[in-house]
Amino acid sequence: MKETFLLDGSTIPFEPGQTVIQAALAAGHYIPHLCYHPEFKPHGSCKLCTVKINGRTVASCTMPAEAGLQVESEIEELNALRRSLVQMLFAEGNHFCPSCEKSGNCLLQALGYDLEVHATGFRHLYPDRPLDASHPDILLDFNRCILCELCVRASSEVDGKNVFALSGRGITKHLIVNAESGKLSDTNISLTDKAMQVCPVGVILPKRVGFSVPIGERRYDQRPISAQALDDAPRQTDAGGNCAACEGTP
Amino acid sequence: MSKKLRVATTSLAGCFGCHMSILDIDERLFPLLELIEFDRSPLTDIKHCGPCDIGLVEGGVCNAENVHVLHEFRKNCKILIAIGACAINGGLPAQRNHLDLGSCLTEVYLTEPGLMHGHIPNDPELPLPLDKVHPLHEVVKIDYFIPGCPPSADAIWKFLTDLIAGKTPELGHGLIKYD
Repeated sequence: MKETFLLDGSTIPFEPGQTVIQAALAAGHYIPHLCYHPEFKPHGSCKLCTVKINGRTVASCTMPAEAGLQVESEIEELNALRRSLVQMLFAEGNHFCPSCEKSGNCLLQALGYDLEVHATGFRHLYPDRPLDASHPDILLDFNRCILCELCVRASSEVDGKNVFALSGRGITKHLIVNAESGKLSDTNISLTDKAMQVCPVGVILPKRVGFSVPIGERRYDQRPISAQALDDAPRQTDAGGNCAACEGTP
Repeated sequence: MSKKLRVATTSLAGCFGCHMSILDIDERLFPLLELIEFDRSPLTDIKHCGPCDIGLVEGGVCNAENVHVLHEFRKNCKILIAIGACAINGGLPAQRNHLDLGSCLTEVYLTEPGLMHGHIPNDPELPLPLDKVHPLHEVVKIDYFIPGCPPSADAIWKFLTDLIAGKTPELGHGLIKYD
């Protein structure tokens, strides 16, 4: 008999060592998230996955699952906070979706859609961070960076290349390229690197494929992110391949 | 409904794409016109806004005239709605915000190759540009936002009919778009 906790009234089984979000996604329950990626160590920085456990707010990507926890996620109080977080990320960068190649495949945008964020409401910063188009196959637009460190983690942990890093603190924190020149062309990054696949927004872009899939036919144009995140997450299945914990979900 | 709602619309620093999208609600304009009547709008050519129930403003604020028009709308409209990407976050015109306005004008009117006797336009009738392009909510209070570049006709229809029916407008998947 597996140990369980309660998420919005549903019983969630978990394996020892799993975090709250891992167990929830595996059992077919979506918790909004942005910097969490099932293949990487949790980062706990975007706070989109914040849940209430026994009355306290915690990041569900770093919170170890424990038997008997009472977890609340799908409540208006938390969704209002999540909306504010998405709005602040939009206001801090230059997220001009109509000109962005990532539009329709962007996690930040998809979360905005799912949370019904109609506007940022904050004063926009309009940052002026020069693009890096030095690499023959890859373009970097730093104005869209949300500092999730997924590229940093992928490049060091999977690719073993350490191409990216964050520099500075507070409002001056920014993504840098680990090369003496600071230019991507002076690194050994390649199109097949994991770091190329994990950017949730439109910072790291392969050249010459931007609009090969037209706007309107892209990933989150089809189905909302809340439905698709569950497809991506490792699911708990029995020997017959059936997902025992996933009542009511495909 | 006994009395029709009065609706005003305008385009500030926009491209009229949102107004085209309003027209794109097509034959649904007829049932809509049972419920509303237009005040100041490019559709009526009325030049100033009277007291209205709903104001729809497309485009951000890029010059002094935009500021005056926006204040006129806020003063007269019970509910003011920012429609489209430019009204909401400045959009395409705001992509000049990290550039110096003086050097923009110099490059466009004086130093670009092929300009004969170029000069920066200075007719007193031309509204003075602001040094930055602002979303509407940075200038006046905005009650609702319809995102999209432009929002689809279906999104505009859903939003307006929800609002007119007295419901909190919701767009939902497929209608809420930022691009």
